[in-house]
Amino acid sequence: MTQNQRLGIVVSGSLGKGVEVKLDSSASIEDMAVGRFVTIEGQKRRFFGMISEVSLGMTDQKLSLTPPDVADPFIAEVLAGTSTFGTLHVTPTLVIGGDADSLLEGPQPVKTVPSHFSVVNLASERDVELVFGTEDAKRFFIGNPLDMETKLCLDLEEFVKRSNGIFGKSGTGKTFLTRILLIGMLQKSQAVNLVFDMHNEYGWEGTSEKGPKVKGLKQLFSSKVAVFTLDEENSRHRQVSTDFVVKIGYDEIEPADISLLRQTLNLTEQAAEAVYRLRQRFGKNWLQSTLEMDAEAGKELDIHESTFQNLRRGLSTIQRLPFIEPKPPTNAVKAVLEHLDRGTNVVLEFGRYRDITAYILVANMLSRRIYAQYQERMEKAMAEDTTKPTPLVITIEEAHKFLNPEAASQTIFSTIAREMRKYNVTLLVIDQRPSGIDSEVMSQMGTKITCLLDNERDIDSVLAGVSGRNELKSVLAKLAAKRQALVFGHAVPMPVAFQPREYGSAESYREFTASGKAETEDLEKLWE
Amino acid sequence: MAELERVGEVIEASTTSFTAQCYELYEIPPLGSLVKTGNSSAELYGIVYNAATTSLEPGRRPIARGKDEKTEEAIYRSSPQLAKLLRSEFGAIVVGYKEGDRLYHHLPPQPARIHSFVYQCIRAEVMEFGQSFDFLNILLNANLPVPAEELVSASLRQMSQAHQDPRAFLVAAGKELAILLSGNLNQLKAILGRIKT
Repeated sequence: MTQNQRLGIVVSGSLGKGVEVKLDSSASIEDMAVGRFVTIEGQKRRFFGMISEVSLGMTDQKLSLTPPDVADPFIAEVLAGTSTFGTLHVTPTLVIGGDADSLLEGPQPVKTVPSHFSVVNLASERDVELVFGTEDAKRFFIGNPLDMETKLCLDLEEFVKRSNGIFGKSGTGKTFLTRILLIGMLQKSQAVNLVFDMHNEYGWEGTSEKGPKVKGLKQLFSSKVAVFTLDEENSRHRQVSTDFVVKIGYDEIEPADISLLRQTLNLTEQAAEAVYRLRQRFGKNWLQSTLEMDAEAGKELDIHESTFQNLRRGLSTIQRLPFIEPKPPTNAVKAVLEHLDRGTNVVLEFGRYRDITAYILVANMLSRRIYAQYQERMEKAMAEDTTKPTPLVITIEEAHKFLNPEAASQTIFSTIAREMRKYNVTLLVIDQRPSGIDSEVMSQMGTKITCLLDNERDIDSVLAGVSGRNELKSVLAKLAAKRQALVFGHAVPMPVAFQPREYGSAESYREFTASGKAETEDLEKLWE
Repeated sequence: MAELERVGEVIEASTTSFTAQCYELYEIPPLGSLVKTGNSSAELYGIVYNAATTSLEPGRRPIARGKDEKTEEAIYRSSPQLAKLLRSEFGAIVVGYKEGDRLYHHLPPQPARIHSFVYQCIRAEVMEFGQSFDFLNILLNANLPVPAEELVSASLRQMSQAHQDPRAFLVAAGKELAILLSGNLNQLKAILGRIKT
C-alpha cells in the first residue's frame, strides 16, 4: 500500500452525523469499502475515522436523465470526478495528532470536525498502528482490520476489567473468536478463566466446519489449563485427559437454582415457591428429604398435592442427572477455586449433558459459590489492605437463557454483569440472540464483539447506546458470514470491523504459543 | 528559438479583442490558434475567433470572374490585381498577456496598438500558455459572433497539438470545462463531442 493515498476532500458534515467527502477523480469509488480507515488532515489536527457510507453524486440532475455517452473513454474520463463523482461518508472518531493531548496520551475522542476542504487520505499502516497499538505485553493481536495488513490489537487488561460479549448468528465464528480471546487472556492478562463449555469446544479439541479438528486450550497450553468434566465416560471416549471429575451433591442445590429452572423443568409457580418452604423446613438436605417424602407430609407443610407432584417430577429430573450424587467424594467448587488461585484456567466440559437444564444448573450453582467466595475475599482484602484475588473471567454460552429479562433477576450472572467488576469477576457472554438478553445487562458490557447478525432486533440490542450506531449498523450488516467481526467498546479506541486471525493451522498454533513464550523469555532475561 | 512567423498587423484594437490584416491574401492563422502582438515590454495573447476575406473598398463587391477559366488558380493568374484588391483579416480575442517573464491569464491593462505586428505563437509558447485553463472562462463568456463551443473546442484542439500527450491535455481541459459548465450540460456535451480524440 502506498503511504497516504489521497482520496478526496471534506465538503460538508457535522460532528453528530459525520462528514461528507468528495472523492478525487483519481480515486475509484469501486476501491472504497465501508469500514476502511481514513485520516483527515485538518488545519490543526489530524482526524482518524472510518468510511461508513459510499454514494454517487452528480452536479447536474439532468445527467441522470440524459446520461452522456460513457462508452467513449474520453467523455467518461472527463466526467469522472467532475460532473459525476463519488462521495464518502466518514465518521471521524479520534484525533491522532496535532494537539498536545493526543501527542502525549495517544488518540483522543473527537470533539469537533475538520474544516472545509481538508484533505482525506487512506489511513496508512502507521496511523492504524498508532490507534490500535502494536502487540506488546498488554495488547493481543486478534485480527486484521478489513482490507488491511495491519494488526488489530486488543488491550486485554482493559478488556477483562468489564463484562464483555461475543455475538453472532450460529456458524459465524463465535467459537473461534472466543478461543482466540481466551488464549489472549491466558497470555496477556492477569485474569484467570472459568469456561462453562457446553459443547466441549474449548478444552481439548474443537470441531471446525472445514473438517479437521482444531486444538483446544489444553493442547496448546497444558500447564496453564485444567479440563474439568461432568461426564467422565464421554471424556474418556474422546481421549481427553481430564484433571477433575465434577460431581454435585444434593446439598449443594439451592432453591434459587430450582426457580431458575422453573421453565425448563415445567414447574408451576406454587411449586417453585414450595421449594423455599422445604428448604426452611429441612435445611441443607432438603432435596434428599423432599424426594423421600410422600404427599401426606407435603400437606403438613401446606403444600397442595398437585403442586407437590409437580415439584417431585421436576426434582427427579434433576436427580436423574448422573453427575448429581447424594454424597459426592469431592468438592467441585473447592477444586475449581484451588485451580483458579494457582492461576490455572478451568474449562468445564459438559460431555453428553448438553441439555440446557444441566448447563443452567451447574453454571449457575458453581458461579454463585465462586461469586460468594470472591466477594468475601475481596471485602477482606479491602478491609485488611492485602492482595486482591486474581481477576476472574467466567465464560458462558447460550447466555440469553441466563440473562433474559425473567431469569436475569434470579441468576448470579446478571449480578456479575452488573456489579461484580468491583469484586474482580467479569463475564464473557457468548450468544446468538442478543435481543434475548436483559437490556440492563447489555448496557453494562464493556466491549462487544459481534459477527454477522441479521435479525433487526438483535442488531438493535447489540448496538444500543453506541454513538454512531446507524453507521455501525451498515457496517455490521455488510459483514461476511464467516470470519469477520465488528468490535467496539471499552477495549478499543473506536469501533472496527476486522478479520479474526487464523486459528487451526499448525502455523497458527506456533504463533499463538510463540507469542506466549517470547514473553516469558523476556521475563527470564530480566533476571539475568 | 524558432523564427517567429509574422502573420499580420493590427488594424483595430480594443481591450477585449483586436483585428489584424494578413500580409498575404488567405494566409490566415487557423481558427482557435494562439497569436501574440505587442512590444517587448508587454505582449498580448489572443485566440483567433473569426476571419474574413473582403474587398479592399467596402462599397465594391467582388464579381464572378471564372466563367471562361478552367481552374480557380487561373482566375488569379489572369487577374493579378485581385490579390491587391482583396484582403484577409482575422479577429482575435485577448486572453492574456506577458509582462517580463510573467504570464497572466487575464485582460491586459492596455489594448494592442494599431500597426503592431501579429505573430503566430510557437509551440513552446502554446505549451506555456496552456498550463492554465483560465482562458476558457474568457472564451465561454465572450460575446462573439462564433458560438463559444466552436471556439473553445477549436482552441483546445489547436493547443493539444503542441503538447506531447494531446489526450491528457484534453482530458484536463475537459475536467476544467465540466466544472465551469456544471450548470450547462448541453454546452459541455457539445464541446466534449468536438474535442474527443
